[in-house]
Amino acid sequence: MLDSTALPASAPPNSGAAGRGAITLSGITRIFAGSVPAVDGVDLTIEAGEFFTLLGPSGCGKTTLLRMIAGFETPDKGRILISGKEMQNIPAHLRAVNTVFQSYALFPHLNVADNIGFGLRMRGIKGAERAKRVNAIMDLLQIGQFAKRNAAQLSGGQRQRVALARALVNEPEVVLLDEPLSALDAKLRNELQIELLRMQKRLGMTFIFVTHDQHEALVMSDRIAVMSKGRLQQVGPVLDVYEKPRNVFVAEFLGLSNIWPITPAGPGAADTPLGRLEITTPVANERMAMIRPEKIWIYSDNAVPADKKNIFKGIVREAIYMGASTQYRIEVAGEQTVLALDTNNAAAERSWRAGEAVAVEIKPDNIMLIEA
Amino acid sequence: MSVTAEPAIIPAGKTAVQQEGRAKAFRLWITAGPGLGWVIIFLLIPSIILLGISFLSADDYGSPAMPLTVQPFQQVAGYSLLGWDDGNILIFLRSLEQAGIATVVTALLSYPIVFFIMTRHESIRPLLMLFIVLPSWTNQVVRTYAWSIMLGPTAPLTWVAHSLGMVPPDLGIVPGQFAVTTGLAYNYLPYMIVPLYASAERLDWTLVEAGRDLYSKGFSLFWHTVFPQTLPGLLSGLIFVAIPAFGDYVVPSLLGGDRALMIGSLIANQFTETPDWPYGAALTMIMLVFTCGGLVAFRVLTRKFGGSVEATI
Repeated sequence: MLDSTALPASAPPNSGAAGRGAITLSGITRIFAGSVPAVDGVDLTIEAGEFFTLLGPSGCGKTTLLRMIAGFETPDKGRILISGKEMQNIPAHLRAVNTVFQSYALFPHLNVADNIGFGLRMRGIKGAERAKRVNAIMDLLQIGQFAKRNAAQLSGGQRQRVALARALVNEPEVVLLDEPLSALDAKLRNELQIELLRMQKRLGMTFIFVTHDQHEALVMSDRIAVMSKGRLQQVGPVLDVYEKPRNVFVAEFLGLSNIWPITPAGPGAADTPLGRLEITTPVANERMAMIRPEKIWIYSDNAVPADKKNIFKGIVREAIYMGASTQYRIEVAGEQTVLALDTNNAAAERSWRAGEAVAVEIKPDNIMLIEA
Repeated sequence: MSVTAEPAIIPAGKTAVQQEGRAKAFRLWITAGPGLGWVIIFLLIPSIILLGISFLSADDYGSPAMPLTVQPFQQVAGYSLLGWDDGNILIFLRSLEQAGIATVVTALLSYPIVFFIMTRHESIRPLLMLFIVLPSWTNQVVRTYAWSIMLGPTAPLTWVAHSLGMVPPDLGIVPGQFAVTTGLAYNYLPYMIVPLYASAERLDWTLVEAGRDLYSKGFSLFWHTVFPQTLPGLLSGLIFVAIPAFGDYVVPSLLGGDRALMIGSLIANQFTETPDWPYGAALTMIMLVFTCGGLVAFRVLTRKFGGSVEATI
């Protein structure tokens, strides 16, 4: 049995990536027998106290990466530093890291309080002290009234809180969350997203959150890493990754996008299937132009202001009213489709109807050049 | 119109309900009937016959005869013309002890075996389970004889026992209590492994990971995460082993000799070698009472572990 002092001692705070709860991954590779690499040469630094999200479709390696940080998997190659200490060969029970599992993994034979106190019990923290800490965390998460209940008698949201409490009560350096909200309905999920975020800010622990839900990633994260096929596609603050995706995969996985292949056509211009586009950034190695639907302006085709650039005439083929906004599919230049999103920001907003002739404006500043 | 229509509807409705009730009863008989019939024909009726015999006297050939008497039961308790004898009590206690030890041994052996099989590749697991079950397809007498050779005076295992001073020189492990324990454990091992494997196959490994994540390892990890999940299988196994082992007569007869007689052999003797049917019937009745009592006690006990276990009995 472990004493709390037997856990890896924390490094002095404020020492950058070596601080308590900071994580550095270098060259992490994991290949399951007879298969393509699940995780392929991942280099990543997560700052102490950060809410960091690993985002990607299922099978992209995000969960495998999380499991290697937790200690359930051992990387075939590479190093894992947690709070500045090398951890890739340290077993899970010796890591100051706790996991909130996707299925919650609450012990069915223990009640809520005993579930939460399990980690403390295994570390040899006795009676009154353990009860005190368990009660404190139950109060924090407002689950005190369920203390004596069996896990099977709880709702999904309650189980999720218990699973979170069971991790947080150990005051880990890093909390790992493996799609913990995916089993909940939309309303509860939104509530718990906010609550989880508040909890993380309040406790100042590093949270590493795995999800395939781009909305969840945008709402919660300080920074996100978008993964595909075992590799990191892009790492950065939410705003950067959304506004300046590096490649087609990131642009399409995070939000909606219009993407066209380009061929350079002299300084400040590029040819696309839509026609010639005026652009502000010079084309380097990028082969695609991307613009988000909400950054496209729509005009009546006979009322386009004269000073506008990159104007393309087209016909509305589909208008999907979504309350706050309306999404349009506009056919331009014969077969090309432009996706546009318009905010319904006036009470008597004149919205476009299917079949209507319109013109779209693709402002040069809003065009991002991205890799294929 | 509406007044005259009403009485016409009610009888029609009634018939529908009656028909539904009849269909329900029919379904019940179809599904429960065969099982019930089995129990009545092969368990209840013979038990009642035996109960009757146990209150009869034995004639010169040991067959049941009039008049009615409770003498067989006195005999079971150890009273005879020669006074009281503790022989039957000892045999009874020895049976309990042997069955108990054999059950514990099978449980302890089953966990590593089950986990060995479970951690093999999916494609060879059924084959490994077949190897476990295969011996029980052969005759129990043959298998038990094999043990009497393996534990005989010249067998390697016996040399080990000799050198450890467990068995006097020139004697085999057979016959003796240890041989009976070995034989029982061997015979009933599959009956422990199969239900344990069934529950271990459904094991939720994320609970094991949660345990590791929460600073648990080694035996403590097993005890807190694996054991509770396999408890239903273990409890079924305990019943499947303990009850037949308690009444077994092949193993103690072949491996036990006179010194390790168990209640099963004692009963068998009353119907074969030294016939005394009423005495044998009385012994059977007492054994039945203890077995049922044990099952009930066990069920009460397992209820405490929670509802999930109830399905096992």
